[in-house]
Amino acid sequence: MPDTAIEVLNTDILEDMFASAEGQGEAESVASTAFGFWLYIMSDCILFAALFATFVVLSRNYAGGPTGRELFDLRETLLETFSLLTSSVTCGFAMLALHREERGGVISWLAVTFLFGLGFVVMEVREFLHMAAIGSGPWRSGFLSAFFTLVGAHGTHVAIGLVWMAFMIVQILAKGLTASVQSRLLRLSMFWHFLDIIWVGVFTVVYLNGVY
Amino acid sequence: MPHNAIDAAGAGKGSALSYLSGYVLAILLTLAAFLPVMTRVLSPEETFIVIFAVAAAQILVHLRCFLHLDGSSEQRWNRAALLFTALILVLIVGGEIWIMFSLHARTMLAPAAMPSPPNGA
Amino acid sequence: MFGRLTLSAIPYHNPIIMGGVSIAVISAVIVIGAITYFGKWTYLWREWLTSVDHKRIGVMYIILALVMLLRGFADAIMMRAQQAMAFGPNHGYLPPEHFDQIFTAHGTIMIYFMAMPFLIGLINVAVPLQIGARDVVFPFMNAVSLWLAVISAMLVMVSLGVGEFSKGGWSGYPPLTELPFSPGVGVDYWIWALQLTGIGTLMTGINFLVTILRMRAPGMTLMRMPVFAWTALCTSMLIVLAFPVLTVTLALLALDRYVGTHFFTAGAGGNLMMYTNLFWTWGHPEVYILILPAFGIYSEVTASFSGKRLFGYAQMVYATVAITVLSFVVWLHHFFTMGASANVNAAFGIATMLIAIPTGVKIFNWLFTMFRGRLCFTPPILWTLGFIVTFVIGGVSGVVLALPPADYVLHNSEFLVAHFHNMLIPGSLFGFFAGYEYWFPKAFGFRLSEKWGRRAFWAWLIGFYVAFMPLYVLGFMGMPRRMQHYDNPAWHPWLEIAAAGVAIIAFGIACQIAELVVSIRDRAQARDRTGDPWGGRTLEWWLASPPPFYNFARIPLVHDIDAFADMKERGIAYRRPAAYHDIHMPKNSGIAFVIGILAFVLGFALIWHIWWASILSLLGILGCILARAWSEDVSWHVPAEEVAEIEDRRYRALISAMAPATEEARRGEGLVHA
Repeated sequence: MPDTAIEVLNTDILEDMFASAEGQGEAESVASTAFGFWLYIMSDCILFAALFATFVVLSRNYAGGPTGRELFDLRETLLETFSLLTSSVTCGFAMLALHREERGGVISWLAVTFLFGLGFVVMEVREFLHMAAIGSGPWRSGFLSAFFTLVGAHGTHVAIGLVWMAFMIVQILAKGLTASVQSRLLRLSMFWHFLDIIWVGVFTVVYLNGVY
Repeated sequence: MPHNAIDAAGAGKGSALSYLSGYVLAILLTLAAFLPVMTRVLSPEETFIVIFAVAAAQILVHLRCFLHLDGSSEQRWNRAALLFTALILVLIVGGEIWIMFSLHARTMLAPAAMPSPPNGA
Repeated sequence: MFGRLTLSAIPYHNPIIMGGVSIAVISAVIVIGAITYFGKWTYLWREWLTSVDHKRIGVMYIILALVMLLRGFADAIMMRAQQAMAFGPNHGYLPPEHFDQIFTAHGTIMIYFMAMPFLIGLINVAVPLQIGARDVVFPFMNAVSLWLAVISAMLVMVSLGVGEFSKGGWSGYPPLTELPFSPGVGVDYWIWALQLTGIGTLMTGINFLVTILRMRAPGMTLMRMPVFAWTALCTSMLIVLAFPVLTVTLALLALDRYVGTHFFTAGAGGNLMMYTNLFWTWGHPEVYILILPAFGIYSEVTASFSGKRLFGYAQMVYATVAITVLSFVVWLHHFFTMGASANVNAAFGIATMLIAIPTGVKIFNWLFTMFRGRLCFTPPILWTLGFIVTFVIGGVSGVVLALPPADYVLHNSEFLVAHFHNMLIPGSLFGFFAGYEYWFPKAFGFRLSEKWGRRAFWAWLIGFYVAFMPLYVLGFMGMPRRMQHYDNPAWHPWLEIAAAGVAIIAFGIACQIAELVVSIRDRAQARDRTGDPWGGRTLEWWLASPPPFYNFARIPLVHDIDAFADMKERGIAYRRPAAYHDIHMPKNSGIAFVIGILAFVLGFALIWHIWWASILSLLGILGCILARAWSEDVSWHVPAEEVAEIEDRRYRALISAMAPATEEARRGEGLVHA
């Protein structure tokens, strides 16, 4: 039977009943947000997995059109790979500068990352436009549909990352390294490294495997 | 303090050494994948195995050196999420490829892309 | 300027459609008129449309679900009427093009816009309270999820009056849904409505996964969490891992339709079997998303109204996790007949039979919970008992279908239709109804009329049997699904019986409307003055009904499963804390609602090929996201004094409610139920 006499009791008797801390501290809040973003990245892994699986199934459906061997230039792919990989490392240096709370360092390294990322996107767009110009666009065959969609989905993610990066640079310039800016930068770096991991899968499954 | 906030979320684990060693390893593993294909020194089956093994290794390098995923207790749920996702990934992608190749072998007029026994296992 | 949208998109000449449109438009006008008449626009905007409070968001999700239940049920009535009359020389009143849109809309609405919002709404209302949290980890994203669901449902509603809906079934198989066979806007409405709501759902999955893993009250280990929180956790895992596959599937179909790619086309290297494979890779986990929360509700309701702890808590948890993992290895059973080898079919058939086992464990545990308990026959328990008996029939029919040779005969027959409705209605829907009645007092502060609740239950239960058991017979007699007209005389009487069943269910829905209206009218008599109308065992019953906006004035320390029952046993449930702290709460935001509106414009513009509007609305959404990311002013602190004031009012109300000599007090103690 619930107690009907309601009294204010000593806090020590109630130690057993209520938590002493008041919800999440700032550190835990950042960790929760980062974990949530990690889960989004896990969902994106599944998204890319479905695109990879589709690509594999359609990878020989040339419909009389061009094959990977005819279309892909591995030197260009290698250059794109180094560009994106380097941008991943420079992003890491930006995070190190963040850890040391060096505003200028963060902005500089982010700018370098942006440039290498932009280089990747530009090279990829040129590749796509060239292929479309010679009649090997996504509408040509199942293989090409899958190619453009998988590689294009990755490229779109990179492009969105670049927009985000530019926004962060502007936000840092305007507000400095506030707690929410730092939390956001952490998520951006997770996103950026994840995209490089997906690229390892792309160049392996699509380009290297496709040229054989 | 913001400093501690980022630490708590695991970003403080990075160091110039981890990024640079990851960079070097990744470059080597990339070359190890591209060169056999570009020079064709190995057979198609051997190349296939090499490029996938090297890709798996490079992904692990990225996870460890860039994303700082390790065995620590703070990273427990990140690891758990990744492992469970990887499990589902294997089930989904593996299952799909198995199914689609079985269907292909049994329903398409053209010969199947991958060799398969008569029952299409 | 307006893409392919012209005035001829409005089906002026179709009286049935214009009738439906009129009902929708008139209802909307009445609602808008009432809000204006009572001068409630400011209140609505400030308290509901901009809310990031999980309790409010949950209520809005459930309102969406109940409204869409009516629309989806209208489709059901129309189909049953058509099939009851369209025999031999009579071709009924619905031509095939119309009938096909109706069964597509029925399935699409019931799954995406009734069942999903219902379960997400219930999870929103109850789970943060159950785990001792103040809100979810991402309250703003929670609001965005809600508005994406609402506007996607609105897209489907708009398709009734502007253009047409898809005729491709709720699963949308190509090549029927490719351009050559579906050149109109119907399939595009379907694609974008699902794509937009799917993104919202994915966000919800992430939100609750993080919330449940990181925001539990201290002392509440995972194995001390309420079972409903466990099922919400597993549902969230399923959502995060399955919905991306749906996103890809719909995107690839959209690319085929918009860009001319060849993913699923019949020719040029497309592979239409790939669609089926991808769709069901999402589709099977989806049906477990639909059922697990209902299982969680049954566990809560059974324990509450048996007056006992749930039997075999650990087994229930393991069974739930087993179902979660296994749900990713059975999807091929949706297309045994597509032509894969015997080995492939057998493997998936065996896996499908295995997944029935953990569900069986749950059924036994619910029965054992009731055994030697003191069962209170409230409507929630009635829904639970109806579920246990009826769902088992559906489960058994599922085991029949899991045998590939049997499925070759029964695939896409009315047997299948009977089976999945047998799972979804007594399984999911009864559970959601039980949850709705169980948590209604918590959300609104007064109980629902038990008299009308009982009537609704019996009408639904009897109506379900009368409507769906004939379909099992029809399946064995060889009747395929989705038939607009047939010639076999043997089928006709069974379809008439099924139509009668739908009429009984309609009476059940009328009882539910009465339940709501009568309860609102009589709410003063049925007030929940203590917050614990059922003698509950979990933390949500500790709080007032409705809870204060911050939920918990002080976060509780948990020591055992059934944390609130534990507190009551130790006699400390209603002790007031010595001191309160400032509480950190998120601020309301209108940006989530604006994103919803822009998403509607985006969907509509993409459907009608209004490219400038698509680009502008997409940029608008990006702008909203950046504006939100730029803003630092997203939270506030509730001063401890304000918290103390609210809590003092609560305690005063408790004292007057628990004055021992009154009947009210006994109800509050959970010994007597009205």
